[in-house]
Amino acid sequence: MPPIVVVGAGQAGLQVVDSLRRGGYTDALTLIGDETWLPYQRPPLSKKFLLEEMDPARLYFRPAAHFSKQDVTLRLGVSVTRLNRTTCELTLSDGSTVHYDRLALATGTRVRTLPVPGADDPRVCYLRGLDDAVRVKARLVETSRVVIVGAGFIGLEIAAVARALGKEVTVIEAQGRVMPRVVAPLVSAYFQRVHESHGVRVMTDAQVQAVVNSGAGLAVRLRDATEIPAELIIVGIGVVPNTELAAAAGIICDSGIVVDEFARTNDPAIVAAGDCTRHRNTLFAEPHRLESVQNAVDQAKVAAASLLDVPVAYAQVPWFWSDQYDVKLQMTGISTGYDELVLRGVPESGAFSVFYYAGERLLAVDSINRPVDHMVARRWLLAGTKIAKHSAADVAVDLKSVI
Amino acid sequence: MPKVTLIAHDGTRRELDIPSGWSLMEGAVQNDVSGIVAECGGGCACATCHVVVDPNWLAKLPAPSATELDLLECTAVPRQANSRLSCQIKLSADLDGLIVQLPERQT
Repeated sequence: MPPIVVVGAGQAGLQVVDSLRRGGYTDALTLIGDETWLPYQRPPLSKKFLLEEMDPARLYFRPAAHFSKQDVTLRLGVSVTRLNRTTCELTLSDGSTVHYDRLALATGTRVRTLPVPGADDPRVCYLRGLDDAVRVKARLVETSRVVIVGAGFIGLEIAAVARALGKEVTVIEAQGRVMPRVVAPLVSAYFQRVHESHGVRVMTDAQVQAVVNSGAGLAVRLRDATEIPAELIIVGIGVVPNTELAAAAGIICDSGIVVDEFARTNDPAIVAAGDCTRHRNTLFAEPHRLESVQNAVDQAKVAAASLLDVPVAYAQVPWFWSDQYDVKLQMTGISTGYDELVLRGVPESGAFSVFYYAGERLLAVDSINRPVDHMVARRWLLAGTKIAKHSAADVAVDLKSVI
Repeated sequence: MPKVTLIAHDGTRRELDIPSGWSLMEGAVQNDVSGIVAECGGGCACATCHVVVDPNWLAKLPAPSATELDLLECTAVPRQANSRLSCQIKLSADLDGLIVQLPERQT
């Protein structure tokens, strides 16, 4: 069935390639990525890489020699401009064409841009790829005042780094609390306090109206006309899945490339994996689109299995994490639809977990500096283990003993 | 550059030169060591870069953080007394000659 081509050289694309070779596929294999770097780890970009002196090569998943040893053809620094499903051919940005017999799409996401006047100023930055991180890092050095738009993971992680670097930091969030889409209000409140105690000014319910560049310098203007001076503005207001290539070729998309639990698109020769997919997971009734390392890795394994004609249904528990200062937030499960929160430990202690229940069913757990709760919860959610609320709430109960 | 010996589960030994300042995990990954997974990229969040440190070297390593200790309870192969997460071991001249063993699996 050669050749297999993988479009997108991020965590999911790399994992597809890796799993194909581990799964015994020995024929032609090409990995295409639009960045010039070797496939690299993204999570450290908003954390360690921004904070420390760090050679980008430390972020590579594999050394260059790995790909030649594995006989993987790397096509880096080129994007795919067209997918022709009739001829099974990809057209690349350098004008060349690549034939596939089977194709994996791992096209990822791109940042949502700030849709206000003045946002095209070069001092307005985003953070998605390594090039972005290099740019933000260089700009941070020459900046003392940073305004961050968006209090999601990326915005808050950058806020923590910028404070550690001694910058004056303001975070602007359009909704009423930080991380509004991913955690319960009490977790939001905890993180807002953490940031404020580190000297960050957190403004919620604050809508950015424009980026202005007056005589007084650069500033973010809010809808209520408040102007917040900035030397650097970093925007983290979410991402958009890269579905255009697939959609233009007639592959079904719905805010993500639609795939079944075997990572298959509506074209039997084409699978998709990672952040770009709206996918089925047999643990859930509803499809999801997730932005995470876990989903990239686990779904890519499923996609590779389908390409190898040994299909395995996707049935993994989602997990996520974020590092802000010395606070590690780990999340597992999907909390949508919860009707009760059970607290384990107290926020004031700096280490607690929040269990999200729907009736007696555990949906998700957020752990703050309690990694054991997180790891145990992942096992429970996978196995469908019932965990009584009183056990979850009682820190004297050793969760590892609950099977 | 500090030299580190990694002993795979099947007994295969590999000697790596890893720059000072890099983590052992980073050095292993950049040398294509397959027995280290490091799903989280060095964030001390996933427990998939587990190594068992040669007992003679254990005392030379800075003590693990509370988070690392907790995660060591969650490794795919149960931890040993001298287990560590390799993303938390920062190489320096003091660790030249370090010897670690890799567990059978990481996930």
